[in-house]
Amino acid sequence: MTSLPITEQVAASPDEAAPAKRSRRRTAEAQERGIISTADRKRPLIRYGMPTVQVLLFVGVLVAGVGPLLWLLKSGLSTSQDILQGPMQLWPSGIQWANLPNAWTKVQIGSYLGNTAIIAIGSLLSTLFVCTTGAFVLSVLRPRWGPIVTGAVLATLFLPGVISLVPLYLTILKMPVLGVNLQNTFWAVWLPQAAGAFNILVMKRYFDAIPRELIEAARIDGASNLRLFTALILPLSKPILGVVALLTVIGSWKDYLWPLLVLPDPRLQPISVALPRVQQTTEISLQMSALFLAVLVPVVLFLVFQKQFLRGVGMSGGIKE
Amino acid sequence: MALSIRPNAQSRRGVLTWYRSGGLSAVLFALPLVLIFLYFSWGPIVRGLVLSFQKNNLVTTPEWVGWSNFSYVLTDPQLPQATLNTLYFAALALVFGFPVPLFLAVFISELRSTGWLYNVLSYLPAVVPPVAAILLWKFFYDPSATGVFNTMLGWFGIDPLSWLNSPSLAMPAIVLEATWAGAGATAIIYLAALTGVRTELYEAAELDGAGIWSRVWHVTLPQIRGIILIMMLLQLIGTFQVFTEPFLFTGGGPNNATTTILLLIYRYAFVNGDFGAATALSVLLAGVLCVLSVVYHFLTRRWSTT
Repeated sequence: MTSLPITEQVAASPDEAAPAKRSRRRTAEAQERGIISTADRKRPLIRYGMPTVQVLLFVGVLVAGVGPLLWLLKSGLSTSQDILQGPMQLWPSGIQWANLPNAWTKVQIGSYLGNTAIIAIGSLLSTLFVCTTGAFVLSVLRPRWGPIVTGAVLATLFLPGVISLVPLYLTILKMPVLGVNLQNTFWAVWLPQAAGAFNILVMKRYFDAIPRELIEAARIDGASNLRLFTALILPLSKPILGVVALLTVIGSWKDYLWPLLVLPDPRLQPISVALPRVQQTTEISLQMSALFLAVLVPVVLFLVFQKQFLRGVGMSGGIKE
Repeated sequence: MALSIRPNAQSRRGVLTWYRSGGLSAVLFALPLVLIFLYFSWGPIVRGLVLSFQKNNLVTTPEWVGWSNFSYVLTDPQLPQATLNTLYFAALALVFGFPVPLFLAVFISELRSTGWLYNVLSYLPAVVPPVAAILLWKFFYDPSATGVFNTMLGWFGIDPLSWLNSPSLAMPAIVLEATWAGAGATAIIYLAALTGVRTELYEAAELDGAGIWSRVWHVTLPQIRGIILIMMLLQLIGTFQVFTEPFLFTGGGPNNATTTILLLIYRYAFVNGDFGAATALSVLLAGVLCVLSVVYHFLTRRWSTT
């Protein structure tokens, strides 16, 4: 299962695979026990208290998780007057379907979403390229100067990001040696994203766990370094590639300050930078439908790929430890 | 003469064996990493240290000014306020944002069949792009009587609050949103750690007469202590560098009640164009955070061994 790339796992048969897996998990856990034992479950306090807490908590996460989204859906389809005068009314005076196409064309949500996707995919490619090749050198090829590079990468992990904010901006304005100005190009967002120590170290640790015998065997068969990289190491590390890819996309989707600084041109801005700017000039109903469209894409992606999302995010914690 | 040739030949042979054993391709493979880090990580860090001792506004040529950037930043009357605000934000975020995901995770891990549903629902806010969430909440915090939260308060007969317009409520309101946005992701990380908890210890604790709460306190939490400590430190480092929330919610107002240190840095650099002062404050903040991490590391290490 893990040998398949994440996208294939989902594309294969999302409807069949999910319930089968879930029921298997349930039977496996039935033998295990949690904090509360079967004896506890017979006590009245637990017997009635547990479901109560469960219901309360369920209502809590439902209101916190789905509530704002439903509100946004309702408001995105209401008139400005409805939104301002009765924001908590259950049903608007009339459903304004025209809001959504208006937001798409007038506010140009479509092109901002497109920019966001371009930025996310570019960051993903640059990050994966840099961290796989880098980790390959440091973990598999192990040149004599390798530990120095590893140490230098590790050191940046402990420095908070704030220290390089301003100098990084100045670097983008005029690249040292090259003398190029990267402002208002997507490179200004793609390239700095790749300089993440965390990804490199995660990837290196994963490569370290690949049995050396496999690498030696490939060498004896006459594989060059390039072939070793593309035909052995990369196929073996698909799970971690998926996790790093996911975390990079989430990170670049959420970024605000950096694209705000390096992409002042409105035609290049991602949705997160565009929304606050657009907000000042559009009426409230269009604002809400624009917000709804901006939220819809990641939420739908999450609901489709929820298993991969939750596993990836959970894994990131284990790695931090 | 013979002496001078021998090392020469040896080094040529060295280069050849280096090349044959794949030394060149190792360099080529390392090139993207080294270049990217030189330009966007190592370079800017060094440049930041240099910049903080220079006067730089991008117009005139930079000149060395010694410690004057630091003294300017440290005597800025806004700094004490911004420091207090940042500490206040960090403390509130710790009080609100630390127990909620932990409780959620421990509870979800007890649910057999429906746990995934709680998981998905509580992670939903984390999927909403932060900027969209902030704009939405900003509307929820509308201070008029018809604002979303004020309407809800009205159901319970509570008078409307002025939320973001009130100097005392603005920061808690921002933290509330940040907790809503962040709790799900943190809970997922705790949940992943909880799958590694050794369940046979519950059996033993129960035989020793430990109730449910003491089982959580003495068995569950100690086993995920490592990840709890890390998450706490990461949260602290993150909250000390908070920018987007105060910037978009209030822009630092009302009356500078939500101006954080990063907001000050932003103003120095991108409003006043004083890049020297901005980097000086960045270096100071980074230094404080490094010291904090080291102290935290030693404190918790001592605590976990005793």
